Amino acid sequence: MEDIKKLEEFQAKIDADLKIEPKDWMPEEYRTHLQRQISQHAHSEVIGMQPEGNWISRAPSLRSKVVLLAKIQDEAGHGQYLYSAAETLGKSRDEYLEELHSGKAKYSSIFNYPTLTWADIGAVGWLVDGAAIVNQVSLQRTSYGPYSRAMVRICKEESFHQRQGYEIMATCALGTPEQKKMAQDALNRFWWPSLMMFGPHDSESAHTANAMKWRIKRETNDELRDKFIQKTVQQAEVIGLTVPDPDLKWNEADGRYEYGEINWDEFWNVVKGNGPCNKQRMRHHIKAHEDGTWVREAAIAYAEKQKSKQLVA
Amino acid sequence: MDKKEALINYCLRLGDTSLILGQRMAEWCSNGPILEEDIAMTNLALDLIGQARTMLTYAGELEGNGRSEDDLAYGREEREYYNTLLSERPNGHFGETISRNFLHDAYLYHLYAALKNSKDEMIAAHAAKSLKEVTYHLRHSSEWMVRLGDGTEESHNKVQQAINDLWEYTGDLFEMNEVDNLLINEGIAVDMNTVKQAWDNTVNEVLTRAAIQRPEDAYMHSGRLNAVHSEYLGHIIAEMQFLHRAYPDATW
Ligand SMILES: [Fe+2]
Ligand SMILES: [Fe+2]
Repeated sequence: MEDIKKLEEFQAKIDADLKIEPKDWMPEEYRTHLQRQISQHAHSEVIGMQPEGNWISRAPSLRSKVVLLAKIQDEAGHGQYLYSAAETLGKSRDEYLEELHSGKAKYSSIFNYPTLTWADIGAVGWLVDGAAIVNQVSLQRTSYGPYSRAMVRICKEESFHQRQGYEIMATCALGTPEQKKMAQDALNRFWWPSLMMFGPHDSESAHTANAMKWRIKRETNDELRDKFIQKTVQQAEVIGLTVPDPDLKWNEADGRYEYGEINWDEFWNVVKGNGPCNKQRMRHHIKAHEDGTWVREAAIAYAEKQKSKQLVA
Repeated sequence: MDKKEALINYCLRLGDTSLILGQRMAEWCSNGPILEEDIAMTNLALDLIGQARTMLTYAGELEGNGRSEDDLAYGREEREYYNTLLSERPNGHFGETISRNFLHDAYLYHLYAALKNSKDEMIAAHAAKSLKEVTYHLRHSSEWMVRLGDGTEESHNKVQQAINDLWEYTGDLFEMNEVDNLLINEGIAVDMNTVKQAWDNTVNEVLTRAAIQRPEDAYMHSGRLNAVHSEYLGHIIAEMQFLHRAYPDATW
């Protein structure tokens, strides 16, 4: 009885576009949905450091090295804000990391694709950050206060990332024939995986209905994907690159692009762990975590020694 | 050797040292023991590459042949690099990186503190700006030295071993040749013996707090002044310069 009343109050708040805060009552499913979504988002920021970090040492100018380093540092910072937001839901960062390492928690499949050339760094900034922005702009209005505020901070930085990625891509696309080939190849490999970042069709998505009712999500996967495609196709045309979709065409009457169907077999395969880099990414993260164990233990031991010294004094 | 040649060489020493240590720190990306350290180490890399850019740009301007920071970073071979031997030591485990960085940060801190009064305006301005950054770097590495040195038995042993192993590369930091003599006379460079004294004080103070024994001075490697390096440098710059060498006509 009590719970039904609470649930009604909760939904009324959501419907009035009020934010839910950590201390507020919330249904258990809302909590677990957010724990899953925010931690997955945090893990994605952190795992994403690997494919981009792959090119820092080889960045072709000192300026581009600095830009890439700063970008990856931003992503690590995003991971930090998001872990903090996720921790307000009653689980620690360590618990979330355990879930990542055990395979219970996921991260965005896009980072299971390799960065093979420098143009891939452009493609990641332009397409992957570009897709992330579309999603994150929408999430600024999500119903959970800490998540919404994290998104507002993150969105400010993401638009730089997208612009810088596009700049790398444009420089390659307008450069020597080899560079142009590199740019087109990067677009060919990253186009479809970027579209997959928005998740399955709404009809196939297990979590969409609740997420919409609770206003965790404000727009569906398909709506967001469409927004991304509409703005990105033009950007490709401007620098003379071809989007690798034979069904792509401009519909004059509707004033929008029509496009082909995603290869969902590939999508599910990568989700299930069979992408080119799934195992590599996880092993890398687990190894870094395990290699750091003695460091974390030392920091704790030192802090405890200092505390007991203070007590004696 | 004239003053200009000496000054170009001096800039390359500073620039190359920052560049190579920055390249080393960037290797830590996504490998840190906690996310906060990943962020901190990326920050160090960013500062260091930024310092390198200033000095390489200046070296190119002094030279007057139109070489840019990138021409110098990507167009020179290892026998033309003047970075410290310490900066190219491999990262190893976190304690080895912290130990290397600590010895190096204390060096750059006192070097820049002195160069801030250089009669060369560019060097003085660069030193003043870099000093702010290196002050933070030294704090970061010193705090970790103490935490690891006075943490667990394992961490203590690891850091003691790292300091022991790195010690033989510290002599190279303070060596001088005719470049130094010429520029000291001009009021541009500083006497490395003075820097060494200040370095000794900082190192002794932090090692004591970290409960780490200062190794005895024994054989010291040298090479920086003649651009004679360890085998590691060739790999660092081969990786760094790969795109430039593969696509000489491209701009990025
Ligand atoms: Fe991000
Ligand atoms: Fe980003």
